[in-house]
Amino acid sequence: MRRLINRKPDAAARFVLMLLPFLIVLLVYMAASEARLAVNPNDKLLPGWTTISAAIERMAFLPDNRTGNYLMLNDTLSSLTRLGMGVVIATAIGGVFGILQGLIPYFRATFNSFTNVLSMIPPLSVLPILFIMFGLGEPAKVLLIVVGITPFIIRDLALRTSEIPHEEIIKAQTLGASTWQIILRVVVPQMLPRLIDAVRLSLGAAWLFLIAAEAIAADSGLGYRIFLMRRYLAMDVILPYVAWITLLAFTLDLALRLFQRAAFRWMYRGNGR
Amino acid sequence: MTVENLWKVYGDQTVLENVSFDVTPGSFVALVGPSGCGKSTFLRMMLGDEAPSKGRILVDGVPLESEPSPDRGVVFQKYSVFPHLTALQNVMLGLEFAGSPFTARLFGRARRTARAAALDMLQCVGLEQAVRKYPAELSGGMQQRLAIAQALVKKPKILLLDEPFGALDPGIRAEVHEILLRLWREEGMTVFMVTHDLSEAFKLGTRVIAFDRRRTRPEEIKVFGASVTFDLKVDGKTIPVPLPALAAAQ
Repeated sequence: MRRLINRKPDAAARFVLMLLPFLIVLLVYMAASEARLAVNPNDKLLPGWTTISAAIERMAFLPDNRTGNYLMLNDTLSSLTRLGMGVVIATAIGGVFGILQGLIPYFRATFNSFTNVLSMIPPLSVLPILFIMFGLGEPAKVLLIVVGITPFIIRDLALRTSEIPHEEIIKAQTLGASTWQIILRVVVPQMLPRLIDAVRLSLGAAWLFLIAAEAIAADSGLGYRIFLMRRYLAMDVILPYVAWITLLAFTLDLALRLFQRAAFRWMYRGNGR
Repeated sequence: MTVENLWKVYGDQTVLENVSFDVTPGSFVALVGPSGCGKSTFLRMMLGDEAPSKGRILVDGVPLESEPSPDRGVVFQKYSVFPHLTALQNVMLGLEFAGSPFTARLFGRARRTARAAALDMLQCVGLEQAVRKYPAELSGGMQQRLAIAQALVKKPKILLLDEPFGALDPGIRAEVHEILLRLWREEGMTVFMVTHDLSEAFKLGTRVIAFDRRRTRPEEIKVFGASVTFDLKVDGKTIPVPLPALAAAQ
């Protein structure tokens, strides 16, 4: 009998094993739902498939009675706009500050402790301040995402930048490069794929801040909708919304990973990678 | 080139003391010594990466710039080339830095000229088949040849080598030795090579300088640093005749 650590599943087995946990969760849900519905057909906590699919049809494929909008599309668009703006702004600030902090000693001496202290502020505790300063509109929600993920991106990128071998920076100087030229041709091209990694890692937090902000003050958005539906115990809407948010987050992560692979092929060449 | 009474002290640890020597232009100086004797520290001071604690290094009577500059090329044991650039881009980079201060990229005719110069240089080190490959796709020997080409395209007066062949197999090492010797003769630059391989030092160098500590009792180690203990001129007798010439003579 070979040791467990040496036994590897083949492609088919890996596929089945990958699906297994998802199937188990689904089956457990279905069994529990049926058991509850058998006792009380009006139970709202674990709705059956027919109820859920009716809710999906109502939210996604039929215009809303009051506004005439497709609610799920509307919610998705407003949420993705906020998330996109927040992440783009955070990435731009994080990229610039991270690279400068990692590379330039005077810049690091000035901003390193400041960034470290900023990153310790719990972002949600700043949300009231943002609402007071910017009102309940879009800027406060976008800014919460920016405040929440920028310090992480700066710190991660500063660390990656300082990990560029000292030899490379010296070599560039012996080739006659100025600081600006080193940033442009040596540091930035090597840090862009790392920046994408940092953004991927901070997307989870970005979603968290987005939904928190929407739950407190919004008139549309995925987070707004699930917190609104909570008042009516409308699990038949909340569950598909959670699944939809998960799918969106997963797709975004996958898209960034594929983009990184396509755009920075040098990272994946040679060395058996 | 003149080294005048050079000292290097880190905190209370003296690494180098009282190092002085002259080097005639065009020499191939091999620096040898046990590990921790300060030979790499000396090279970093030559490079301008570190400042001497006392003393100075003069080139043509002028003190060295206190930061790395294009008149001193360098090849390290590792990380000498840029992983995100192909072989050709790596060699062109030095020319692009000089020709374009703001974008560090060349266009049009300037680009074609730089490209041709870089391709020539790559051919000199036998990498004409690998111009489009990234460093990670090259073997260790090819990477070091690329690093040499990248440094030499700037035509430095001084080439500094920090254990450049330490990670290479013996066969590959001999191959790169030949390329380096040929380029050194063609370009007429002064070469400083740090190595821990004595046979390599005597094979390549026209002069072998050994650094070592004169005092090694435990209580003396901190206070007294290494200095030049041997300075051998091996000019003439050890430059190997290139193999094809030898074959032709027979």
